Amino acid sequence: MFAYYLELGLRSLKRSPGLTILMVLAIGFGVAASMTSWSVFRAVSGDPIPWKSAQLFVPQIDMWGPSGRDPDGEPPNAMDYTDAVALMRDHRAKRQSAMYQIAPSVVPTGAGKHPLNVSGHAVYSEFFPMLDVPFKYGSAWSASDDTNRAQVVVINSKLNQKLFGGVDSVGKSVNLEGHEYRVVGVLDHWNPQPRYYDVVNGGGFVIDADDVFMPFQTAIQADIPNDGNTNCNAVPEESGFVGLQHSPCVWIAYMVELDDAAAVQAYRTYLDGYARQQQASGRFSWPPNNRLRDLPAWLESQHVVPSDTKVSLLVAFGLLLVCLVNTVGLLLAKFLRRSGEIGVRRALGAPRAAIYVQFLTEAGMVGVAGGVLGLLLTGAGVASVGWVLPKDIADLARLDVSLLALALLVAVVATVLAGLYPTWRASNVQPAWQLKSN
Amino acid sequence: MNLQIRPILTALRRHKAGTALIALQIALTLAIVCNALFIMHARLSNLSEPSGVDEAAVFVIQNQWAVDRPTPQIDAQVQADLLALRQLPSVRDAAPSTGYPLQGGGWDNFVTMTPDQVQPTTDAAVYYSDEHLLDTLGLRLVAGRNFRPDEVTEMGTQQVVIPPVVIVSQALADRLYPDGSALGKSFYAMGLTPSTIVGIVDTLHRQGVDQWNQSYAGQSLIWPARADDSRGIYYIVRAKPGQLAAAMREAPKALYAQSRLRIISPKDGIQDYAAIRHKVFDSDRGLAILMGIICAVLLAITAAGIVGLTSFWVGQRRKQIGVRRALGATRRDILNYFLTENFLISTGGVLLGVLLALLINGWMITQFETARLSLAYVAAGVVMLLLLGQGAVLAPALRASRVSPVEATRPV
Repeated sequence: MFAYYLELGLRSLKRSPGLTILMVLAIGFGVAASMTSWSVFRAVSGDPIPWKSAQLFVPQIDMWGPSGRDPDGEPPNAMDYTDAVALMRDHRAKRQSAMYQIAPSVVPTGAGKHPLNVSGHAVYSEFFPMLDVPFKYGSAWSASDDTNRAQVVVINSKLNQKLFGGVDSVGKSVNLEGHEYRVVGVLDHWNPQPRYYDVVNGGGFVIDADDVFMPFQTAIQADIPNDGNTNCNAVPEESGFVGLQHSPCVWIAYMVELDDAAAVQAYRTYLDGYARQQQASGRFSWPPNNRLRDLPAWLESQHVVPSDTKVSLLVAFGLLLVCLVNTVGLLLAKFLRRSGEIGVRRALGAPRAAIYVQFLTEAGMVGVAGGVLGLLLTGAGVASVGWVLPKDIADLARLDVSLLALALLVAVVATVLAGLYPTWRASNVQPAWQLKSN
Repeated sequence: MNLQIRPILTALRRHKAGTALIALQIALTLAIVCNALFIMHARLSNLSEPSGVDEAAVFVIQNQWAVDRPTPQIDAQVQADLLALRQLPSVRDAAPSTGYPLQGGGWDNFVTMTPDQVQPTTDAAVYYSDEHLLDTLGLRLVAGRNFRPDEVTEMGTQQVVIPPVVIVSQALADRLYPDGSALGKSFYAMGLTPSTIVGIVDTLHRQGVDQWNQSYAGQSLIWPARADDSRGIYYIVRAKPGQLAAAMREAPKALYAQSRLRIISPKDGIQDYAAIRHKVFDSDRGLAILMGIICAVLLAITAAGIVGLTSFWVGQRRKQIGVRRALGATRRDILNYFLTENFLISTGGVLLGVLLALLINGWMITQFETARLSLAYVAAGVVMLLLLGQGAVLAPALRASRVSPVEATRPV
């Protein structure tokens, strides 16, 4: 019977090719626009570390007081050196790391090679296990390397390729800013998007992965300056990088790992205690105003998903909605034109259910055709998204099986939904009236 | 002309669903198109923001230092580099800087009128440079004077120098001293010492272009100091007329001839203003294009939907049309009937659409801090959709008007 309905549907669609093409085009465009926007939105709003994001937290300390807060009372989104180092010293979370962005120059060995600039972060050893950073060779440095300010680095596979031709370079030496550092680990490919451990710099989406990581205190000692944002509420009293460390300027990102609600509560209490202690010592003249957000909430609060992406997604869904309303109208016209035929079928004994199946089959066929067109257009859309979006975001949009399946599903489900009302109207056709009027 | 509104309304009552669907489609289209065009226009107007820079001749070199050196050594290198750049035959002038207009983000300081003021008066984008910056960028000095060479100091890594003199943009001068008396007056920009305004330039865009920067649009200041940061420096270079390409080729060679201990990225180490503008407004242009495409598709689909549904109605009513023609109605009457019918439906649709457009905009203001939709866009959208409806209905209506009176007599 279904095959018969398919045949009937096909015949009916062929009878008015203009309307059919119009419906297929509308569904195709609507689906493609919304799926393309969805692919971008999905890419930028995804959880960069889903298995662990609920255990990662970003603490904020109000070291500037009421005059430095946002209108909504939010304290600065980074830390000054004093607080970052104090929190690292207290070491109250399971794992934690202060970090700042660096851009040292690498002087390759061998004559005639130009120095090259690399980007990276100065971090503590717990950074690597905390974020499950994958290693290709070697491992992270140790906690004692942190305290001893060891001359060690972890490099990524791209820099390893550039400097050492991709071989296991653990134990070899890299020259950064004129000083030799021993490679202790080489990362496997790792470039999380957004770069969630330091979204204050680069706004979250950064095309090039960090090339080099070195111990925080080693970088401080070597005078490798901060390459990221520096935010000050007053001009530092002393100049130079050391002056920055003594200033209340904020330039350090901080992340902690806390396993359960009890640990989170304990850390909150600790932060408030710390701020109260600062208040008692006279450094802060205001009560504690700290924040401790888990990673998803932190990314949300920093507006990591560009609002342009949300606007495009909404507009694209609006387009899909208009396409569906359009399809409801056209299907209604199409189905009611065949009132006579429906009357005959009903008079010959077809139950309402049969009319339902027949017309929903026809709607489904339009949906499948629209979906296939939508697939092609989605492919074209995702491929050309770099044309309208900034490269760092466009590169993240991917065409994969789940997106294609979703496109087809949305097309068919949407069209069948759009067909429900016209079908209901069709099934309500009075056979007697139709037969009489003919 | 006889507008047959009553019979049309009676007929529409028999097609409630179809009528409602067309009206709804027009309403949704209007709501989306108004908002999309509004966003598009806002973004496009960003694209053409004047920078104050002689963009046809200016390019920027991002020069990073390969080794860490003490400030005096860096300063000597910077001065030698600038001398070499200025001596190139294709170069008109060159200046050091901490940033450049339309950079995408950079240095800005809050500005206060007194050193202990808690709430800042405004915010100024900060450029540290020397007495060559005005000529290099092509800025127009509208009052006061340029810096004197002896006013230009050196400024080390992460150091902040607050010079006693400053040149401000007209926008900043107007913001601080709305009565036009800015020249010779002073202000504080996050320092303990004041800076006195010695010059005012016409337009000087900020480094940043985002929403936050737009609330301080065009408010910039120039302080006289060479930024001898151990990480690197920007060299802004102005080529002689028509020699931009030659200057961009020769400049890095001249710099490398001075010293090889520098890094100028082959990818984006040297950018002319076309590239800078393209990059900084990337997302604005992208969103504008996207909105344009979506509007076009929306309007096309709505127009096609109207054509489709009206054609169906014409087909359904061939017999009635034939009867009317047989009873003396002219072709023109039939044509008018369908045009009027569409106009009535469209009017209903746009009324609902205006409401929806304002609702959507109100919601977007709370969500995305967009501006309030100007009523000009709503009015333009209403006219556009009414015309679109009339245009779309024309073909089926003409077909209807050609129905012969004989149809009335034919059995169906």
